[in-house]
Amino acid sequence: MKLGTRKKLSEQLEDLKSKTMEMGALASTAVEKAVESLVKRNVRLAKKVIKEDDKIDDLEFEIENNCMHVIALQQPVAKDLRTIGTCLKIITDLERVGDRAVDIANITIEMAGRAPVKPLVDIPRMAELAVGMLRDSMRAFKEGNSSLAFELGKRDDEVDRLAHQVTRELFSYLVEDPKKISDAVRLMLVASFLERIADHATNIGERVIYMEKGEMVRIN
Amino acid sequence: MVKSKIKLQTKKLNVWYGNMHVVKDFTLKIPEKKITAVIGPSGCGKSTFLRSLNRMVELVPGARVSGEILLDGENIYDKDVDETEIRLRIGMVFQKPNPFPKSMYENVAYGLKVRGITEEKKLRLLVEESLKKVGLWEEVRDRLNRSALELSGGQQQRLCIARALAVKPEVILMDEPCSSLDPIATAKIEDLLFELKKDYTIVIVTHNLQQAARVSDYTAFMYAGKLIEHGRTEEIFERPKDKITQDYITGRFG
Ligand SMILES: Nc1ncnc2c1ncn2[C@@H]1O[C@H](COP(=O)(O)OP(=O)(O)OP(=O)(O)O)[C@@H](O)[C@H]1O
Ligand SMILES: [Mg+2]
Repeated sequence: MKLGTRKKLSEQLEDLKSKTMEMGALASTAVEKAVESLVKRNVRLAKKVIKEDDKIDDLEFEIENNCMHVIALQQPVAKDLRTIGTCLKIITDLERVGDRAVDIANITIEMAGRAPVKPLVDIPRMAELAVGMLRDSMRAFKEGNSSLAFELGKRDDEVDRLAHQVTRELFSYLVEDPKKISDAVRLMLVASFLERIADHATNIGERVIYMEKGEMVRIN
Repeated sequence: MVKSKIKLQTKKLNVWYGNMHVVKDFTLKIPEKKITAVIGPSGCGKSTFLRSLNRMVELVPGARVSGEILLDGENIYDKDVDETEIRLRIGMVFQKPNPFPKSMYENVAYGLKVRGITEEKKLRLLVEESLKKVGLWEEVRDRLNRSALELSGGQQQRLCIARALAVKPEVILMDEPCSSLDPIATAKIEDLLFELKKDYTIVIVTHNLQQAARVSDYTAFMYAGKLIEHGRTEEIFERPKDKITQDYITGRFG
């Protein structure tokens, strides 16, 4: 059996996938920059992250629109349909990742000009893990690599563990020095945002497995 | 996989035209009061398979059949089975509407007369009932005695379905019943199928995959005379197991 018919549908699917990859790259960078702005107390960088989130939002609409067109005009089934369904789900996760990056950038701005609560060690570590998961989830999507997707479940556990640790530690600062309460709470929020981002990466992994195998599974 | 009661079942069914082997070891269960769609590329043997289900294939000179077809567990190819009786229990609707060149009334009453119903009042009642079932009654009640050939293609096809229904078959076989119809007539037939499956077991051959996906409960994919994959329609269209099925339904068949 020769492949190669339905050239147009194949091209449209490739285009959807590459736009989704682009959105994934933007969202990953946004998180990375947002945490960098927090660590370096760089308000300009934080503002840039906030501004660039518009691009992520625009891409979400564009991809969703394109998905609807392909469904309406090409009536895809089987793996083609699952690929489109996966794009639709992934872009929702990525859009939320972008929003969490904005939240972190806003915290950078709010905390500017005050003495730091503590040197940030675990938060950058968490960010590194979460962004790594996000990039790998998108790589798994690009390559259709379900074993890479599957591993995300375990990596998510590590992020959860770190989030717990950060929260506990900040809690002790909070009790020690009432002046630090508001910023300690902000950092706890950052930890929970990073934990959410890792959850989004895990969701993306689950969608990749669905796209490849047609099975809906929970990987953590 | 199939949980409802099995109405019709083929076991290692083989059909030849002369020495051309067209249907190969076909084993399929057709559940009662459900719609089973048969899909597959042109020439793969769908029509032949369908025609073997009510022994119509025997009418083709040189055709030969082996294996079993069980209707409610009884082999319809047994020697003591009357094939006319089988064709009354298993009705058929063809790709092109094929009304007899007679009045609309006569078309629908025909099978009833074959069944030995002669009383005029009873015939009228049954004709009306069948025409109502296919949604044609209002359109033709005032001109029942005019030729069926006056009707539009979609109306003719519904008349042919009414003709098949009149004799109260248990199973209805449909070979691409919508291929010559416009989207509105097609939608009417599809709505009708949903109505009909309350009472009848339906097997439909279609080249329109969207139609198979819309109307059927189960889908059988046939390729080169063989049954490649059979399952719940949503399974076949969302996650087919076989690579050939996947290539066929996604239209990537060279
Ligand atoms: N009456 C016949 N005599 C001899 N060969 C036949 C006869 N009818 C069909 N065939 C052959 O048997 C094979 C299967 O034909 P069949 O009509 O069952 O295919 P099909 O799947 O219904 O195709 P299509 O989708 O084009 O209607 C074909 O190769 C066809 O040429
Ligand atoms: Mg045919």
